[in-house]
Amino acid sequence: MNVIEANALGKRYGSTWALRECTLAIPDGHVAALVGPNGAGKTTLLNLAVGLTDPTAGTVAVLGGTRAGSAAALDGIAFVAQDAPLYKNLSVVDMLHLTCNLNRHFDQRYAEARLGELAIPLKRKAGKLSGGQQAQLALTLALARRPRLLVLDEPMAMLDPLARHDFMAGVMTAMAEEGVSVVLSSHVLAELERVADYLIVLSGGSVQMAGEVDDLLARHRVLTGPAAEADRFAERLGVVHAWRGEAQAHLLIRTNGSTDPVPPGWETHPVSLEELTLAYLREPGARGAARPARGRDAELSEVTK
Amino acid sequence: MTALSTLTVPARPEEDASLRPVPWRRMAWVIWRQHRIALGGVAVALGALAVYVWIVGLQLHHAYVAATTCNPASSTCADLITNFNFMNHVLVGGYTLQLVPPLIGAFVGAAVLARELETGTFRYAWTQGFGRWRWTLAKLVALAVVVTAAAGAISVLFSWYYQPYLATGHQSLALSEESPFSSALFDLRGVAFAAWTLVAFAIGGLAGMLIRRVVPAIVATLAAYAGLALVAANLLREHYLTPLLTSNVNVPGSAWIFSQWWTKGGKFAFSGWRDAPHGLVQLCASVPVGPLGKPSQGTLAQCFAQHGYTQLTSYQPASRFWPFQWIEGGWLLALSMLLIAVTVWVVRRRAA
Repeated sequence: MNVIEANALGKRYGSTWALRECTLAIPDGHVAALVGPNGAGKTTLLNLAVGLTDPTAGTVAVLGGTRAGSAAALDGIAFVAQDAPLYKNLSVVDMLHLTCNLNRHFDQRYAEARLGELAIPLKRKAGKLSGGQQAQLALTLALARRPRLLVLDEPMAMLDPLARHDFMAGVMTAMAEEGVSVVLSSHVLAELERVADYLIVLSGGSVQMAGEVDDLLARHRVLTGPAAEADRFAERLGVVHAWRGEAQAHLLIRTNGSTDPVPPGWETHPVSLEELTLAYLREPGARGAARPARGRDAELSEVTK
Repeated sequence: MTALSTLTVPARPEEDASLRPVPWRRMAWVIWRQHRIALGGVAVALGALAVYVWIVGLQLHHAYVAATTCNPASSTCADLITNFNFMNHVLVGGYTLQLVPPLIGAFVGAAVLARELETGTFRYAWTQGFGRWRWTLAKLVALAVVVTAAAGAISVLFSWYYQPYLATGHQSLALSEESPFSSALFDLRGVAFAAWTLVAFAIGGLAGMLIRRVVPAIVATLAAYAGLALVAANLLREHYLTPLLTSNVNVPGSAWIFSQWWTKGGKFAFSGWRDAPHGLVQLCASVPVGPLGKPSQGTLAQCFAQHGYTQLTSYQPASRFWPFQWIEGGWLLALSMLLIAVTVWVVRRRAA
């Protein structure tokens, strides 16, 4: 099942296309990270997926073919928007009650227990909580709805490193315990390495690269060698991006496995998610090789084999 | 890890195929919790206004009883009548109270959607399971009913307050008298006051959705309301029913008179006293002179009539007050429902 499936999806604001010809399928059971520069269309894509806005072109379906924004989609998806909007003048307990009244399912006990663990006072006004506590409250409200998909738009933007860590730990726990799929957008590449196992690089309103993180990392590596020889290899190998120094050059290349011959005098080493993402972001024209999205069933059978 | 964890997913509530929506009644608590401060403010403001109107109303009613029951021959009676007539200024002939509907409508109605859009909380509210168009409809309808009911209640008090001015048959005492159609009074009484409050709220709701910011939406609501109220009072209202035509010279003071003119032999002769032909005025110059040294209209009219002229008056009789109220209330209700429907449609169509 694909939690988000976009087909030639486009959204235009006035004369500007925020998202254009976007085709992607995010399989369930992942923490999928949506990365890209400012204005790449991350928020637009997420707004389309949660039904806050309607597409100008193409289609977007969620939770295995459900129309985005339909009653079933709203019921199964919890969304935490950028800056975690809450009613500032309502107390924490009122926010719980509010969310409980607006949804078919709401696990009040879970929400209270989670807030208790986080030492967030129930009587305090939401507006008086710290930024980290507000983000945690918004996450708690979302998780207590028992969603099948959790969508987070820039959840870490406003948080300090400690709060970021705590927030993502909360997301990962929910992922492990509840089996909820997660799609998040973020600028913070370093944090993603730890949490994301599916990556979508969005650039200029369309998908540049998408795939499972392990798979993407296995299909790329970095070659380090004399800068003078860099150009010679750049033509022969599938170079995505080259970092050239005085003496040495680093080439990020696409490979078909570890069997590719390494030229003499060059060293090869695996690529990190941050390096990989940065390389693609610096080369907006490069298109990543993405394997066809696989469903959870295929993955399960692989694991249990 | 992620794949294995799926094997131990706790039992999720059964997804029934029909997916019954979240019940409407759940919005009751939501609306109360989110708008209780605004509604409380309206209640306090209307409560204070009601106490004030009640106090000055008691004085007015006492003055009226004193003025109508005194012995016309006594010297104090003239003072009592003057006393009553001057009380008219307390609520400035009704125009102050005309501000109540647009203020309620703008402050409650414009905030409903504009505040959510301005603070970004619509991204929370409209992604909950309740659904955004149902959320909008529930809020607008419930709040509309509450503010309309409150306005209807206070307009009963206004009706009582203005009663002495509308009691006919005291012209001989020279007491102030108002037509129930007077532009200051018509929409303070009956169903019109509640209907105008409703339409102000509905304008506010739509303005809030289109403008997306609270203060500009309030300003736009007040402007749109003022325009609508002026058009209704000055252009629309007189056409609700075809005016009556009478040749009776003594049209009651409670009637809403549009025009008067004279005919002779079934043909238009002249419109006002001043346009009367010179010869006719000369003929009637000898009629008895009234208290102010001029011939009074009644005797002039008799003289004109003797020379074959007939005065015609087109007017709306006071007895049409309630039909006019229902007509105005009806189209305002229809307009309000249309505005609310358009607002819900806009929310449904384009959110972010």
